Amino acid sequence: MEILDILLSASFWAAAIRIASPLIFATMGELICERAGVLNLGIEGIMVAGAFAGWMAVYTGTDLWTGVAVAFGAGMLFGLLHATLTVPFGLSQHVVGLGITLLATSATYFAYRVALPEVSSPPRIEAFQPYEIPLLSDLPLLGPALFSQTPLTYLAFAVAGLTAFTLYRTPLGLALRAAGENPSAVEAQGLSVTGLRMGAVIVGSGLMAVGGAFLTMSAFNSFFFEMVNGRGWICIALVVFGAWRPGKALLGALLFAAFDALQVRLQQTGLGADIPYQVFLMLPYILSILALIVMSRRAEVPAALMVPYNKGTR
Amino acid sequence: MRLEAIPAPTLTRTLGLPAVALTLTVIAASGLALVAGGDPFAVLGLIVQGAVGSKFALLETLNRATPLIFTGLAVAVAFRAKLWNIGAEAQLYGGAVITVVLGTGFLPWPAGVLLPVLVIASMLTGALLLLGPAYLKTRLGVDEVVTTLLLNFIALLFVSMLLEGPLKDPMGMGWPKSERLIPEARLPRLVDGLRLHWGFALALIAAAAVWVIQTRTTLGYEMRAVGQNPDAARFAGIPVGAVILKTAFLSGGLAALAGFSEVAGLKGSLTLDLSPGFGYTGIIVAMLALLNPLGVVVSALFVAGVFVGADSMSRAADVPTYIADILLALALLSMVLAILLTRFRVVRD
Repeated sequence: MEILDILLSASFWAAAIRIASPLIFATMGELICERAGVLNLGIEGIMVAGAFAGWMAVYTGTDLWTGVAVAFGAGMLFGLLHATLTVPFGLSQHVVGLGITLLATSATYFAYRVALPEVSSPPRIEAFQPYEIPLLSDLPLLGPALFSQTPLTYLAFAVAGLTAFTLYRTPLGLALRAAGENPSAVEAQGLSVTGLRMGAVIVGSGLMAVGGAFLTMSAFNSFFFEMVNGRGWICIALVVFGAWRPGKALLGALLFAAFDALQVRLQQTGLGADIPYQVFLMLPYILSILALIVMSRRAEVPAALMVPYNKGTR
Repeated sequence: MRLEAIPAPTLTRTLGLPAVALTLTVIAASGLALVAGGDPFAVLGLIVQGAVGSKFALLETLNRATPLIFTGLAVAVAFRAKLWNIGAEAQLYGGAVITVVLGTGFLPWPAGVLLPVLVIASMLTGALLLLGPAYLKTRLGVDEVVTTLLLNFIALLFVSMLLEGPLKDPMGMGWPKSERLIPEARLPRLVDGLRLHWGFALALIAAAAVWVIQTRTTLGYEMRAVGQNPDAARFAGIPVGAVILKTAFLSGGLAALAGFSEVAGLKGSLTLDLSPGFGYTGIIVAMLALLNPLGVVVSALFVAGVFVGADSMSRAADVPTYIADILLALALLSMVLAILLTRFRVVRD
């Protein structure tokens, strides 16, 4: 019965939406990259860099939205590096991605230590406050859960909508999807596969960084090591789970977040006394693997994902 | 721009470009040291000195290289067959756990029997941990990058659960730490009086064995063929699925030996910080070695030296030790680019 009580509480759903927000940004970023044909394993490190860049900008005096823009820019820089190495040069996307993750993570930690050498507990910033949407936030259950969030959460949902709209309703989206399915056809149309793919990786990486910035600017209000803690890798699983579609990936992120919020609450119930807490922490990862297995039966992987395109060789 | 294959790269190109890459990496790292308020030349000197400057430093580097040789070999073997094993960290802990389960008195056997049993048990455990993702890849097409990565998190939480539960040392003052191995389960020192243990020798033997497998056996040929072109390999009658499973078995087993050797050779018990990311660093080691098993030994020594040297530099010069990770990430990225440019040249349209 305790589970039912949890599921019917507004605070649970509010937490789920909050936990989902950074995942939505980063998952959309990864989805854009992969739809254009590039697997971006730099996601984990780019989220770390975004978390730091946005927080540092605000800490040194910019306003919050400038901080978001700074995070986006930092992500785009790492995206540019990733794109340059993997698209025109066609280097292994696995190796480059992991290299970017290591570079972005260690460069961020280094920058943090250099910027704040004497600090033992990370300073807090005035982060985004919840904004209650008039009228809608008065709805029972839905109001507190959906319409009393911080502006970055609303932005996350807007980004998901915009991603879906761009991919399926605009010529640019058509070209991007074709770059990941049939690059030769894109080239035949007189468009540049290299340009499309690089643009997708750069913008996608920017979104991943904003996902990281959500952690420092809307959730924890300060930066600390290990704060991204595998969320990037989860987003890669979410893209597969969502069969490379923004709507399904959004749903996946919400499901995952609901599950994460549930496990935290279950730990505090009678179950938590009997079962080691590590089991609860493991469940989201196990769930991700199970979801991948289930989804694999009807996976619609972009046909040219991870296949470098070199003009003139085909 | 596009890339054009170079039919016969010159020796200057083959050796020069990687040298340029490493030089640029070192310059970038010196720049970072400068930013952090250190004297760049002194910092680099301190890194080298800290890595190989004394007998103690050198042995520390060799010790640190040992698990990296194992995980580097594991990654090299798998990547060569295009099995993207990112889960060496999980397999490492698998080997460590089974070593502690069997080696803390459960098997009261003499060292001559117990140690080989522990080696085999570790390898089997690690192999099983990679066989799952490999099986999912071959049967259902589930991407092994994601599954092996997620398994790392699951494995670490599982170890944490064991260390606070069944494997907890009752005398451990509440720390999540296992009991100590019995003396028969400990790898002896390689040389009396020095901290270097037999795990290092075992790692060298493993590298040689992997080299023999890759260059002198049918399995090695099949693994290469599958890695180069799975469709062509299938057409040539190579059982691609079976080869991938065998590769997984070998790769997982090698990674697990890193856990065995750290516990039995160095630490004597299992804690959650047994590996500061040896599984992930193994990927860098393997890539810098161009997936060559003998090259893995060289690059593991280099990477271990950078870490050990940076640790000692960080204490002496007050520059954040993360500079080691930055250096390695830059080395990795610039090396893969340099290696590509030895085989291709950039042509402007």
